[in-house]
Formats: sequence, C-alpha cells, structure tokens
Amino acid sequence: MKPMILRGGRVIDPASNTDATLDVLISGGSIAEVGHSINAGDATEIYVDGLVVAPGLVDIHTHLREPGREDEETIESGTYAAAHGGVTTVAAMPNTDPVIDDPSWVEYVRARGKVATVHPIAAITMGREGRTLTGMAELAAAGAAAFSDDGCSVMSANVMRRALQYASMVGRPVVAHCEDPTLVGHGVMHEGLASTRAGLRPIPAAAEEVMVSRDIILAADIGARLHVAHVSTAGSVELVRRAKADGVAVTCETCPHYFSLTDDDVRSYDTSLRVNPPLRTAADVAAVIRGLADGTIDAIASDHAPHSLEEKQVEFDAAPPGMIGLETLLPVALTHLVHSGAMALPVALGLLTSGPARALDIPGGTLGVGTQADIVVFDPDAEWTVGADWFRSKSKNSPYIGRTLNGRVRMTINRGSIVFEEEIHDEGCPGDDCDSRDAERNELAVNM
Amino acid sequence: MGWSRKHLLGLEDVGRDEITAILDTASKFREVLDRPVKKVPTFRGITVVNLFFEASTRTRMSFELAEKRLSADVMNFSASTSSLKKGETLRDTARNIEAMKVDMVVMRHPSPGAPHFLTQHIDASIINAGDGPHEHPTQALLDLFTMRENVGDLRGKRVTIVGDIVHSRVARSDIWGLVTMGAEVTLCGPKTFMPAEVEAMGVTVSHDIREATIDADIVNILRIQRERQEGCFLPSLREYTHLFGIDSERLASMRPDVLIMHPGPINRGVELAPDVADGPRSVILDQVTNGVAVRMAVLYLLSRVRASERVDELEILAEVTI
Repeated sequence: MKPMILRGGRVIDPASNTDATLDVLISGGSIAEVGHSINAGDATEIYVDGLVVAPGLVDIHTHLREPGREDEETIESGTYAAAHGGVTTVAAMPNTDPVIDDPSWVEYVRARGKVATVHPIAAITMGREGRTLTGMAELAAAGAAAFSDDGCSVMSANVMRRALQYASMVGRPVVAHCEDPTLVGHGVMHEGLASTRAGLRPIPAAAEEVMVSRDIILAADIGARLHVAHVSTAGSVELVRRAKADGVAVTCETCPHYFSLTDDDVRSYDTSLRVNPPLRTAADVAAVIRGLADGTIDAIASDHAPHSLEEKQVEFDAAPPGMIGLETLLPVALTHLVHSGAMALPVALGLLTSGPARALDIPGGTLGVGTQADIVVFDPDAEWTVGADWFRSKSKNSPYIGRTLNGRVRMTINRGSIVFEEEIHDEGCPGDDCDSRDAERNELAVNM
Repeated sequence: MGWSRKHLLGLEDVGRDEITAILDTASKFREVLDRPVKKVPTFRGITVVNLFFEASTRTRMSFELAEKRLSADVMNFSASTSSLKKGETLRDTARNIEAMKVDMVVMRHPSPGAPHFLTQHIDASIINAGDGPHEHPTQALLDLFTMRENVGDLRGKRVTIVGDIVHSRVARSDIWGLVTMGAEVTLCGPKTFMPAEVEAMGVTVSHDIREATIDADIVNILRIQRERQEGCFLPSLREYTHLFGIDSERLASMRPDVLIMHPGPINRGVELAPDVADGPRSVILDQVTNGVAVRMAVLYLLSRVRASERVDELEILAEVTI
C-alpha cells in the first residue's frame, strides 16, 4: 500500500495532549510520523486544511446483530456504518442468537469486521441466563475484550460477585447493564411528569441506581474491574463519582441520547425513542454532561441497536428498545457537548477515543507513532440535517432523523486504508497526484 | 373559537373554548335524546368504525348509539373477532379497514399513544375511546357536561377524584379538562396509586379521604381493579374500602349538595357503597345518558372539519379542471 499523508489539518490526539496544525504520515498501515511539514517522498498527498484529524473513534457498546438477526445488521454492514460515522474500533455485545458464550463465536465475530476493528464482548453467563459462568479464560484467549450480559442485569448478586472475581483473574473487565428487572417491570419510559402525562408505564431512576450501587459495592469488595454501561441518571453519575473518589476500579460510559434527548421527547410516542435505560429528565441530562466534563464518565458509546422498520412501526410499548447510533455518535457529541459550550473539542474527542480504549483496555484511540493507522477526518462545524437515506446501517431506527446537527465526518481511515470519504477539497493538489489518488479511491470504492 | 380539529386524541391540549363548543353542541343533542324520535339525519352516508382492541361494553355501546342517532353507517371491530391473533400489526389492520372507505374511527386500545400512532398512517378522523392509562377524552367530556348541568360554571368549583389515579385514563382526561375549565382539583387515594409528579398537572394530592371530600362540590370515584394487589399497589380491597371507600357515613360528612359521580362499572361495596351509588346525591346514570349526547357532539364537530376539508379539495379540483 502506497504511503499517504494528511496535510495541514488540526491534529487533535487527546492521548498525547496534541492539538496543533500538523501533518500525519501513514505507511504500512501504521502511523509513521506526526509533525510539521513532513517530507513525504512519494506518499499520496491529501489536503485536509480546515478539518480536524483525530484518532478513529472507539465505540465500546454496539449490537451488530450477527449471528441471528442479519436482516437488521451484519458485522459487515455494522462496520460500514462505523466507517461512515468515523468509528474504527467497535466492541460488539454478545446478546445475539446464539449468545456469544463460546470461543468459536468470539473468533467468528472478531474475524468478520470489514472496515473497522471488531472486539467481541462475551457473555458473563451461559446463554445470558444469569446462572452459570462462561469460560472466561478461553473466551479471553479467543479475543473477548470484556464480559457482559448486556440487555439485562445479572440479577443474582452471588453470580455477579463470582463473575467479578473470575474476570479479574482473567484480567478483563466486566461490563454491567444496570437495571433491576423487578423495578423495571413492564415499564417503557422514565418515571416522572412526562410518564404521568403520556400514560406510559414508568421505570423509576432507582431501577438503574440500585444496580449501579450494588455492582460498585461488589467490585470494591473484590478489587475487580467494573465498567458500568450506559449511565443515564444523575444518581448513577454521583455513585460512580464517589466510587472513583474512594479508589474503586470502576469506569463508566454514557450514550449520546442521554445527553441530547429527554423523557419529554417520548410524549410524541415515537418508537425510535424507546430505549433501555429510558431517556431521562433535563436534570439528568445536565448531570450526565457534568459527569462527562469532570471525568466521572470515561467514555461515550453509541449502544447502536438496530431494529427493523416492521418491529418499530408499532405501538410504543410494543416496540423493542434500542436505537442506532454508530453514524451519529460524533455529530451528536459535537452538537450537544462542544457547540453547546459544555466542553472543549479535545475533551469531547478524548471521551470518544482514548477514554473508551482505556475503559475496556483495548488498542486504538491514539495517533501514537507506530500504532495502527485508525483516523477520522471531520469538519467540526458543518451544519446538516439527518435524512433516513443517509444511514449505511441496515436499520434506520434513529431518533435524529430530521434533526439538524453540527459536525460531519469527511474521511475515515482503518488500518491505513481509506474506508469512507466525502467532499475532501482538492485545491492545491498537484495534478499527477490527483490522478493517482482518484485511481486509488476508485479501487476502494469497488472494494466497498 | 369553535372546533377545528380533525381528531380527538385527548384533552391535554384542548382549550376552554373548544371544550365549551363541545358541551354547547352536546346540550342540543341532549334535547334530541328526549324526543319521541331520537334520530337526526346528519351522518347519512358517513361510515364510522368502532375499533376496539380491549373489552368494553358501555363505551362501545354509547358510541354505537351516538353514531346510530346521527344516522351513520356503523361497523364494529373487536380484538376477539379480529386478525390480530394471527399476528397482524395495528397499522395493517387500520389500513385494511380504511381501504373500505371509512370516514371516522373510534378506537379503544391498551397501548398509550396507539391512536396518535394511527393518525400518522391513516386519513380517517380518529376519536380516542381510551388508550391504556393515558386518556379517555369523551368520558371526561361527559363528566364535565354532567357537572355543568348540575353546578353551572366550573370555575372555582372543588372537584375531588378518588381512587386508582395512576392506572386511570379517566383521571388524566378529567384532570386536564377540569383544570382547563377552572375547577380546583384534588386527587385522593393511597400513595401507590399516585402517578409521579402529578401535582405539576395543577392538582392537589391528599391521602386523607375526609379532608379531601369535606368541602368538595363534586366527588368523582374511580373503579378499583381487583387485580391491583398483584403489583403490590394495595394490601387488600378491605383495607382500601376502609381507608378510601365512600359510604353513607362518609357522605354525611360532606356538603349536603355534593355530587357523587362514577365512570362505571362500579365495584359495589369496594370504592362505593350501594346506598350511595343509588342515593339522591348520585348522578351516575345521568352520566351514562349524557355520554351519548357528548359523543354525538364530538362525532358531529369532527365530521364538520372533515367535510370542510373535502370542500377545499373539491374547490381545488374545480380550479384545476377549469
């Protein structure tokens, strides 16, 4: 593969506190050099002035639906969606059919990522039934990045305690979906004035918080690495904040919908807004944003959950929970965290790159020399309206359709190859190189 | 300001003038119901389907009678006789029925928002006849009508709603309607029956039946479902009756001119004692009669909006042809 140089972009690498106008040289699928006016030799020149060059995004919470629901998403289509969203590393949750509780399935999922690096997360318990532990050591050896029964809590405190003990021996974190099913009941939205007005069955914030609290206590007792998935309430943020202050080895993530949408939006009965945990109040949104800004929350993950139109085009409480998010991860974060003034761009990017990579202890999320060349190039300000046809995911269940967002991915590079690009401007480009670049791009287009 | 909506989905965003327009229209239809020939030709050629996905006797019969009194062509669909059991979606069911050229749909469904969902998929006017615990606007309108007939202007009147508020579509619609009409609303029942932050709807909450009813002009008593013990909402019906049931002794502590209402069906001896239900302060059967008049009024006002839409379409067509 011919070397490639990104010239004149604003390079932001939160892992190394870099934020400057620099060139990035990519060679042999790795980052060869980051610096001023690099002498690139015969490298393909790509001019990215006016754009931000950052590590490819790391999304540690996705549902790629394969095996089992290939009509909604496949690992291949999911990674194309990732590339479209500037995401180069994804962790895939094991709530597939069959469940990822066997090393052969871990290898299967890991091998099928096309244009993004896929890290399988294996189940905590066999069949995600909450009863017996999976073979965590073998699963980790096969490439499982972490363990999670995501979709539901491990209800037995004893099973969760044993899982934390065993996983800590294996050296991989446990990712906890925190919702007490007895408090969730048949609830479909957050309990508050909005649920009272909508008449929809409510889920109290306590359903999440009692489990966050329990799992922090168990992790602290054992000294195990706990990662709390999709934190959505002010109370959960505060529990994690206190646990971190107490020295507990806990990390957590939130999702774009928990800092951009509220329970009041659910009064439209739009089924794309049904999600677990449910959308919370404006006060929770404010607390989540504070948690992101002060480092309590380590990562932003999409919880990309594709569902078919047929399954979502029903009554609100009959619709399955979940929304797609790989492709809108960056623009929603830029709009609601950076353009809103809540935090500086490098801080937000840290939550999308180095933060999540550290939380799951997986490679990626850096522009360090010698690391795999995973890069996103984006326009941080471009204002645009999300259309249903724009998505590359096989499913279209996005609540952001019709909404105007700021920030747009222009190019995604995975393992040194351009896996997505649009509208990179060509001015200042020497003629000969333009031709060769076009040829290379056409070749890539065929591959996609 | 009159009525200009195509659908009646709830009372949450319906204004005072609109409610007054419905109640005034209902008064005229109420007179029709006392005539020897209780029928007007208004709806000749208009087809109404009663789409009931949940068991209902009185609401469905009340709508059906209202439709027939207006001379509509009436179709009934209920879930037990439907294709839903074969896995058909609500959207497909409704689109199939609409393909038969139905003008109006009266819909009862266990899912909150189901009628709102249908408005996005079919063209017919939709009347919400109860969507889960969300709203039941025609019940609230017949309650308002009955209250107005008895106490006049509702501004400043004290109305207490007793019972299972959290599961009640009647309570939600009553609250919106009463607050809009200027009444002072108190909710009374156990804490487990109070929806979260309900005070923000403009009401007062009490857990003391005596305090909540002693000054009330109107006491509206909700039905207590016998299965509520299962979700730990109630320890027992006996304890509920003891704490919140209305019997003659409790009635004696209220104002002598208090109005006793109930949306039915009554669990006699649970939330309401038989002698109070059948006593002189009860207007429960008047509510049933008024329900037909109110539903005639709603059907009539919605159909006029549809008709005016159609006139516009015809005018546009005429312009194009010329």
